[in-house]
Amino acid sequence: MKLKGEAAALDHLDLQILRQLQENAKQTYTEIGSRLNVAHSTVYDRIQKMESLGVIKKYEALIDSDKLGLSQITAQMTITTDPKETENIAKRLAKFAQVLEVSTSFSEELVILAKVVAQDQGKLHDFIARSIAPLTGVLRIRTAIVTKKYKEERFSPFARENALREKE
Amino acid sequence: MREEAFYFFTSIGNYTGVSAASLDEFLQKIKDVDIKSLEFHLFREDFEKWISQTLGDDRLAGEIKILRNLKVSGNTLRDRLYFVLSRRLKELKGGVSAPASASSSAWTSRERVQP
Repeated sequence: MKLKGEAAALDHLDLQILRQLQENAKQTYTEIGSRLNVAHSTVYDRIQKMESLGVIKKYEALIDSDKLGLSQITAQMTITTDPKETENIAKRLAKFAQVLEVSTSFSEELVILAKVVAQDQGKLHDFIARSIAPLTGVLRIRTAIVTKKYKEERFSPFARENALREKE
Repeated sequence: MREEAFYFFTSIGNYTGVSAASLDEFLQKIKDVDIKSLEFHLFREDFEKWISQTLGDDRLAGEIKILRNLKVSGNTLRDRLYFVLSRRLKELKGGVSAPASASSSAWTSRERVQP
């Protein structure tokens, strides 16, 4: 595993280890090693390196809000903005606790994509009407409330491997 | 940021980009805003709340409530809303003295919103 420019050059085994950690980060080195047919010391070394290089940023718990008794709805917002204000608006959005993700996208026009949670539809609307619509440079907001989630992952190690294979 | 302004939505979280910070501005905006937005806010009692809490005009809020109870929709709603608001605005500016309810015969085609 070498650093190639900014990105760490990961091999197939690193990517397999990442996949294992994504499935269950509490697995022991021995468990991961036996699944991948490598020594636990190899798994340990690879994980240590990926942590030190910042490839693995942190380990976190995925919490089921329903079981906590915190029923909440999730919505995806697409905010069309005045291009001069896009960055400011994105930064302001990122500060709200209700906003889980903020990113910008340029397709036909410059928009901000944001994932928001709220207790119910009424509170979601109040939050958008009182805190987001009034921001300078917000031109339009489209909101889609998530009704069913089929998959949720942050990163696919194998997407990168496939890209590398295509280059070869 | 205009925190005290009224922001027109067509449904939960869907903002049209149209807002109004005064009764004058509100009157102008309702002429062109998507009719779905007028129906959405009337049903949610948002107009009454904003007019009462932000503009402090409880009497006008009461007239909007009458309009809501009449269950009007579409362009009839737009026209009647325009009528009620413009009459109140004229009154506040000293043009009209006697208020009438939204459902009264005071409603005339002469005062309908011009396309």
